[in-house]
Amino acid sequence: MSMMKNFMGWIDDRYPMTKVWNEHLAEYYAPKNFNFWYFMGSLAMLVLVIQILTGVWLAMSYKPDAELAFGSVEYIMRDVDWGWLIRYMHSTGASAFFIVIYLHMFRGLMYGSYRKPRELLWIIGVIIYLAMMATAFFGYLLPWGQMSYWGAQVIVNLFSAVPVIGPDLGVWVRGDYVISDATLNRFFALHFLVPFVLAALVFVHIIALHKVGSNNPDGIEIKKGPKGNRWDDNAPADGIPFHPYYSVKDIAGVAGFLFLFAAAVFFAPEMGGYFIEHPNFEPANPLKTPEHIAPVWYFTPFYAILRAVPSIAGSAFPGVVAMFASILIMFFLPWLDRSPVKSIRYKGMLYKVMLWLFAINFVILGFLGTQPTTDLYKLMAQIGTIYYFAFFLLMPIYSKMDKTKPVPERVTE
Amino acid sequence: MKKLIVAFLLATAPLLGLAAGGGVHLDDADIDLGDQASLQRGAKYFMNYCLSCHSAKYQRYNRMAKDLGLTEDEVAQNLMFTTDKIGNTMDIAMTAEQGTEWFGSPPPDLSVISRARGVDWIYTYLRSFYLDEKRPFGMNNLVFPDVGMPHVLWELQGTQKAVFKLDKGSSGNDIQVFDHFEPVTQGTVSAEEYDQVARDLTAFLSYVGEPIQMERKRLGVWVLLFIAVFFVMAYLLKKEYWKDVH
Repeated sequence: MSMMKNFMGWIDDRYPMTKVWNEHLAEYYAPKNFNFWYFMGSLAMLVLVIQILTGVWLAMSYKPDAELAFGSVEYIMRDVDWGWLIRYMHSTGASAFFIVIYLHMFRGLMYGSYRKPRELLWIIGVIIYLAMMATAFFGYLLPWGQMSYWGAQVIVNLFSAVPVIGPDLGVWVRGDYVISDATLNRFFALHFLVPFVLAALVFVHIIALHKVGSNNPDGIEIKKGPKGNRWDDNAPADGIPFHPYYSVKDIAGVAGFLFLFAAAVFFAPEMGGYFIEHPNFEPANPLKTPEHIAPVWYFTPFYAILRAVPSIAGSAFPGVVAMFASILIMFFLPWLDRSPVKSIRYKGMLYKVMLWLFAINFVILGFLGTQPTTDLYKLMAQIGTIYYFAFFLLMPIYSKMDKTKPVPERVTE
Repeated sequence: MKKLIVAFLLATAPLLGLAAGGGVHLDDADIDLGDQASLQRGAKYFMNYCLSCHSAKYQRYNRMAKDLGLTEDEVAQNLMFTTDKIGNTMDIAMTAEQGTEWFGSPPPDLSVISRARGVDWIYTYLRSFYLDEKRPFGMNNLVFPDVGMPHVLWELQGTQKAVFKLDKGSSGNDIQVFDHFEPVTQGTVSAEEYDQVARDLTAFLSYVGEPIQMERKRLGVWVLLFIAVFFVMAYLLKKEYWKDVH
């Protein structure tokens, strides 16, 4: 024991090991009333680790070359030992990452986790989400299937729709006049790089979280409540040490998640064409446009918004603006909510209806983004787009009008 | 909270019920990848009828031998026509230029065709060639209109003609709709036997599309069982730790 103590003392004199352990785990006091939704943060980190590890191992056999890329994926699937498992973990992991993050973001919406003093925490989160989207977009080109190719073609053409500088911008992104070997090579480089930026942002996200403390389903600041618990006289009375309480709880959450994850990996890796799209089993062919191009499911709500906005003078630019606005508007959320309470539990019916309609609307937009446009679907996407923006832009009004309930002094079970 | 989750799942349900597009009705291929005899017959048909124009350039002969319960000698002597090395992939000598010259477009590689098109599509496609004088080879296909490929299995199936009927289109005008096939000449096998040929070939192509798929599902059961036990342990551990949180 004393040897261990001496060793830790030697380390601590040179690196704040014990201090970091205590501040972020053993003596980080989290509210004791976390529910199901609070698993998502730790799960997102788990998926990020899975993605980075499987990704590095895939990169050992993958060839970022227009002639070889498609074949190298099949080589991984057939000839590399356990390559199929690594590849399916990576392709399933991409979708799992977005599922977990969408639930994580929705948790934030429900319990007001973006409100003061967590504005910066939320903003860092939105930046992480943007980094995730960029990573997924770059990565989707790599299998070099028909949907990889034409999906990238459609998205990069959005940049070309920008007035004046558009065409040059498109060439700058692609490195060519069409999606080509040059594009594939640079997308591979970026797909490898951005996840490490993402990991650094996650670190910053957690530092920000531990500065302000975790929110909870009641939206009560435990730091402002009574002090003193079994472990520390100055710690919040409603807080419990993250380690071991939430570390053991998160392990159970990890097991539950891994069960679903493995079920997908081993029994439905294509997930009916949602995780791996069927046309992507045809090698990219620049001369043959697929009859229906749809991005992967996690981008489709935004794709639906893009298509819903009518072109002006033959330019799709207004749609592009709407699509980017629909993501960037999230940055302003902390200042749009004027409700006196944080959590959905104490907000009134008006806000609850608005929020649940928003979630349902997001799913419907996602569905519409996978479908070929018809008159009916286009109208639905337009209504959905208007509602999407109304949810944010009208929030200062309806969150203020809303009849809230009194918030208790202490967190509830 | 449960209500919220259920509501969320219900809202996502329409996404899961989506079927792939396409107008023609596809028959259920009803393949059984556990039936090695079916896969072996499929391999035989594939080597004899398909693998001179179509390649399966990601599939190795020795891998197929192992997975289909054949010895390497059996494969080398009976099923290997394009190479003399058992470790090679099922590649062909025909070039894309020749394919374009002879058929209008190069016959696609069939390694992952079952994953691109789906097994029901392949099964229906193989059974949907019909006489059509307008086509260069005198044959057309119902699920792949104006296909460049001739009906290479015609000796087995015989020939058939497609009977169309008049129907009202969505805008009220008359359109030709497929009704049924009518046999014209008898093939060397009966209609039921030909369906089995198509099924065997489809099963083989499904295997080639993802050789690991049976092993993947077998392994998956054990992985899920392990995680289930791990979950119970983790849950009990959590309960034990949380006893003193009030």
